[in-house]
Amino acid sequence: MERKIRVLVAKPGLDGHDRGAKVIARALRDAGMEVIYTGLQQTPEMIVEAALQEDVDVIGLSILSGAHMTLLPKVTRLLKEQGMDDVLVVAGGIISDEDAATLKAQHGIAAVFGPGSSTHEIVKFIREKAGVARD
Amino acid sequence: MDPSSLIPRLQDGDRRALARAITIVETGGPPARALLAAAYPHAGAAHLVGITGPPGAGKSTLVTALAQEWRRRGVRVGIIAVDPTSPYSGGAVLGDRIRMQALGGDPGVFIRSMASRGRLGGLARATADAAVLLDAARFQVVLIETVGAGQGEVDIARAARTTVVVEVPGMGDDVQSIKAGMLEVADLFVVNKADREGADKTVRQLRAMLHLAPHAPGAWEPPVLTAVATAGQGADAIVDAVARHAAHLEARGVAGAHAHAAAERELAAAVQELALERARGPAWEDLVARVAARERDPYGAAEELLRAAGI
Ligand SMILES: Nc1nc2c(ncn2[C@@H]2O[C@H](COP(=O)(O)OP(=O)(O)O)[C@@H](O)[C@H]2O)c(=O)[nH]1
Ligand SMILES: [Mg+2]
Repeated sequence: MERKIRVLVAKPGLDGHDRGAKVIARALRDAGMEVIYTGLQQTPEMIVEAALQEDVDVIGLSILSGAHMTLLPKVTRLLKEQGMDDVLVVAGGIISDEDAATLKAQHGIAAVFGPGSSTHEIVKFIREKAGVARD
Repeated sequence: MDPSSLIPRLQDGDRRALARAITIVETGGPPARALLAAAYPHAGAAHLVGITGPPGAGKSTLVTALAQEWRRRGVRVGIIAVDPTSPYSGGAVLGDRIRMQALGGDPGVFIRSMASRGRLGGLARATADAAVLLDAARFQVVLIETVGAGQGEVDIARAARTTVVVEVPGMGDDVQSIKAGMLEVADLFVVNKADREGADKTVRQLRAMLHLAPHAPGAWEPPVLTAVATAGQGADAIVDAVARHAAHLEARGVAGAHAHAAAERELAAAVQELALERARGPAWEDLVARVAARERDPYGAAEELLRAAGI
């Protein structure tokens, strides 16, 4: 039987609105995925705990606060500690090219989508990469 | 990987193994059955509590308050929160965890979101199977949140040992939001958002309605309680009432009858699933086409398939 792609969409950090995250959540749903949406102000610990319980294939993090260089590496580090490095982590938000390159090269972030990215592009990426590393 | 190796791990408190096991039973097929077969002997102790009611009634918030109350009493709580699958895309946005943040970081709580999907054998099966795993993982109470809408939800309620129906004040003058089927399955009514106007009136109406319903002497009379879930208010009385209901089932031997009825439904569903799987042989597509063309009738075709499968 076919297994659905499960995606956790969360907003780490303290900035206060989640419009972008909700748009992504709905786009992934419309692409047939199951999206667990956990809302605002999530700590890396909360994100990883939810990802573990929900057994997701993908974590999508929307971040606008500017704290991406501390929060995103923390999420991937905690995932690694839990033996969950097969979970695909993608980020969206306002992240400079330089930071994006570092996050991808050194911190296990699979992709960074800037404000100009289309939801179509994000869906396509997740569909191609999700669950590939899984048994 | 042999899926049944997950069972000893989840019994030992390995949450990752539990999460993976739930995914396997959700997906179904032979691995799911192997897993359930291995889990079954270790389950049966948990009390399944269904929480159902209209969207926005405060079910997720109430589940959180109840879980906190059970945790204060030292009880381990598993939660299955079901939201509908979009009939258009097959996808879903599952948002119940937003209200459950306060339960984070507690190893005595495990929360799993589930989409209703267009499941063969029904949503009730999927939640019951996940509950078996939580039970085997030593969660003593398993709360199952569903939107009280269709037959699938009523079936879930029926699979639970105690069913809590959540209402809110002012949902129509005659509590119309309670579907007839829901009234039948409710063991406990909670009027949530009692901080709002009209809660007393809703309580009175529910009590009047229950009073009209026929009940046998000695039968359980569903209490009508109030709550302000956002403040945790009312949770202790609800938890007490669930305990009284469990004791009532036990004392009247209803628990045994309930388990028997649930087992019968589970067995029937399993027979359906296996029979269908075995019937889907090489002749399947051809027979589907012939039924569509009205050359064959579905029962005749089914007889042929079952006979060919040796059932
Ligand atoms: N005023 C009030 N609002 C509540 C209460 N319980 C829940 N809510 C609010 O009702 C909304 C829906 O709650 P939620 O738990 O998601 O409802 P569900 O859809 O039934 O799971 C949220 O905004 C809650 O904060 C309550 O007791 N009083
Ligand atoms: Mg809810």
